[in-house]
Amino acid sequence: METEKVIRAKELTKKFGAFTAVDNISFEVAKGEIFGFLGANGAGKTTAMRMLCGLSLPTSGTASVAGFDVYKESEAIKKNIGYMSQKFSLYEDLTVTENISFYAGIYGLNDRQIKEKTSQLLAQLHLVGEEKSLVRSLPLGWKQKLAFSIAIVHDPAIVFLDEPTGGVDPIARREFWSMIYAASARGITIFVTTHYMDEAEYCDRVSIMVDGRIDALDSPMNLMKEFEVNSMDDVFLQLARNAQRIEG
Amino acid sequence: MRTLKFLLRKELLQIFRDPAIFRILFIMPMVQLLILPLAADYEIKNINLGVVDHDHSTYSRKMIDKITSSGYFRLRDYSATYTQALHAIEQDKTDLILEIPSQFERNLVKESESDLLISVNAINGVKAGLGAAYLQGIIHDYNQEIRMEWIQNLRFNPLPIIDVTSTNWYNPNMNYRVFMVPGILVMLVTMIGSSFASNNIVREKEMGTIEQINVSPIKKTQFIIGKLVPFWILAITVLTLGLILARLVYGIIPLGHYSTIYFFASIYLVAILGLGLLLSTYAQTQQQSMLVSFFVTMIFNLLSGLYTPIESMPQWAQVITWFNPVSYFIQVMRMVMLKGSSLADIEHHILAMLGFAIFFNGWAILNYRKRSG
Repeated sequence: METEKVIRAKELTKKFGAFTAVDNISFEVAKGEIFGFLGANGAGKTTAMRMLCGLSLPTSGTASVAGFDVYKESEAIKKNIGYMSQKFSLYEDLTVTENISFYAGIYGLNDRQIKEKTSQLLAQLHLVGEEKSLVRSLPLGWKQKLAFSIAIVHDPAIVFLDEPTGGVDPIARREFWSMIYAASARGITIFVTTHYMDEAEYCDRVSIMVDGRIDALDSPMNLMKEFEVNSMDDVFLQLARNAQRIEG
Repeated sequence: MRTLKFLLRKELLQIFRDPAIFRILFIMPMVQLLILPLAADYEIKNINLGVVDHDHSTYSRKMIDKITSSGYFRLRDYSATYTQALHAIEQDKTDLILEIPSQFERNLVKESESDLLISVNAINGVKAGLGAAYLQGIIHDYNQEIRMEWIQNLRFNPLPIIDVTSTNWYNPNMNYRVFMVPGILVMLVTMIGSSFASNNIVREKEMGTIEQINVSPIKKTQFIIGKLVPFWILAITVLTLGLILARLVYGIIPLGHYSTIYFFASIYLVAILGLGLLLSTYAQTQQQSMLVSFFVTMIFNLLSGLYTPIESMPQWAQVITWFNPVSYFIQVMRMVMLKGSSLADIEHHILAMLGFAIFFNGWAILNYRKRSG
C-alpha cells in the first residue's frame, strides 16, 4: 500500500562556494512517520533541514514539503510546518503564556483557540502556577518541552526538530520522546536530528548522513541486521568512521 | 493585521519589561536635555587676561577696570614685562595679553592716538578669536568715551564714524538655549530611532529567535512594521517629553505650531528608523550594529548644522549635508521654533524626508531575507 508522502527530496544539493554541504540526497518521509536524521557534526543535517523549512535555498535538486515546492512555495510550507532549532528560540524575556500566545497568534489561531491551547499546554507540561514566570527562569528541560509544544501549537503537518534534546538530562529526554510519540499519534510527521543513538532507536526510520551524503536509510532494526551489529551506536560508528570531513 | 497585533504586543511587552531600556530611553535623554544646553554654549566667558601696564596712569587703570567689569575677562596676571606675561601664557595661566605702553595716557591726550598690543594664545581657536574680538570691542568703546570727554565741546565730530547697529532677528536676545535645545532634541530622537531599532533586530539574530520568525508565515513587511511602530511611538514620546521640558525649563515655546513639528517628526522618524533597520540587516552582532550606528550618527550629528553652521562648511561638506536627514530636521525645528514657519515653508524639507523614508525602508525591506543563501 502506497502511503502519503509529506516530504520528498530528490538529488537535493547545497553548495557554499566550493564546499558541498549537502550532496545529492534523495529520500521520502511518509505521513505520521518519525524520521530520524542522523549524522556527525558537520555532516550537513542542519543545512538539509533548513532547505526543507524554506530557510535556505537549495543549489540544485528538487524537494517538496507538505505538497509545496521548496523553491516557489516556501511561504506556503511555513504555514504547514513547525520548527524547533538547535538554539533555544523562545523569547526569554517573555512569560510562558506570552510565548504561547505570541506563536499561536502569528500562526493565525483565534483568541478562543489560543486560550484553549494555553490552558491545555500548561496542564500537559505541569506548568500551572508558572504561567507568569519568564521563560528565562525555567530549567532547560522544561524550556525544551515548552519549545516543542509551541512548535506544534498550530497542529502543523510536519515538525522539524534540530537536536531538540541537546544538553538535557535522561529523564527529561525520556519525557520529551513521549511528547514526540503523542504528537506522532495525532498525525504530525516528525523529522528529527539527533546525536543520541538510543533516540535513533525510537524512530520508525533513520537516515545516516556522512559528508553530506545519505549513506544508510532504513528502520533501525533493518540497519542493525544489515551491518550485523547489535546497536545503532555500532551502525553509526561503522559509517561515520569513513567520514573525510573533520568534525566541527 | 492580526499578525501585526501579536508582533506589536510582543515588542511592547519586551521594551517595557526591560528596566534598562526604559531608563535609557527616558531618563538619559531628559538628563542630557537638562545639562547639555546649559553647558554647550557658544558664548565665551572667563577668558583669563594678563596685563602688562607700563603706563600706570589713570587712563590705563580705567581701561583695565572697564575690561574686567565686562564679565568676559578675569584678570589673572599682572606682570611687569611682556616676557613675564608670555610666561604666564606658557603656563596656561592666561589666554590673552594686553600690553599698555608707557606714555599711553600722554600720547592719547597729546597726539590723540596711542598703541596697544594684544597677544592671544590661539590653541583654542574659538576662544582666542572671540576673546580678541571682545577685547577690541571694549577698547573701541573706551576709546569713544575718551573722545567724547575731550571733544564734547565741538559741534561736529572731527572724524566721521560709521556706526553699525545690528538687530538680531528671530532670536533677539541671542539666547543660545533657544538655538541648542531644539537641536539636541533632534539628536536624542535620532539616537533612539537609529541605534535602538537596529540593536533590537540584531539581538533577535543573536538570540536565534529571528530564525523562529523566519520559519513562520510572518511576512517581512509585517516583521519590519512590527519593529518600526514601537520605536516610532517611543521616539515620539521622547520628543513630546523633550518639548514639554523645553517649555517648562527653558521657556521655549515655538512660534509656529507644534503640529508642524509633529508632522515633520512623524516622517523623519520613519526615515531614521528605516536607516536603523537597514543597518540591522547588515550587522550580525549587537557590537557591529552599535559601532556602525555610532559612526553614522556621529557623522550625521557633526554635519547637521547643530554645532557649526552648514553655510560655513566647505562646499563638499555642504553637499554631504543634503544627504543627511538630521540636518533637515534641525533646520525644520529651528524654523518652526524661532521663525514660526508653517508646513508650506518646509515643503522642500518634507519632500526630501519622504524621499529618505522611502529610500531607507525600501532598501531595508529588499535586504531583509527570510531565506539565506
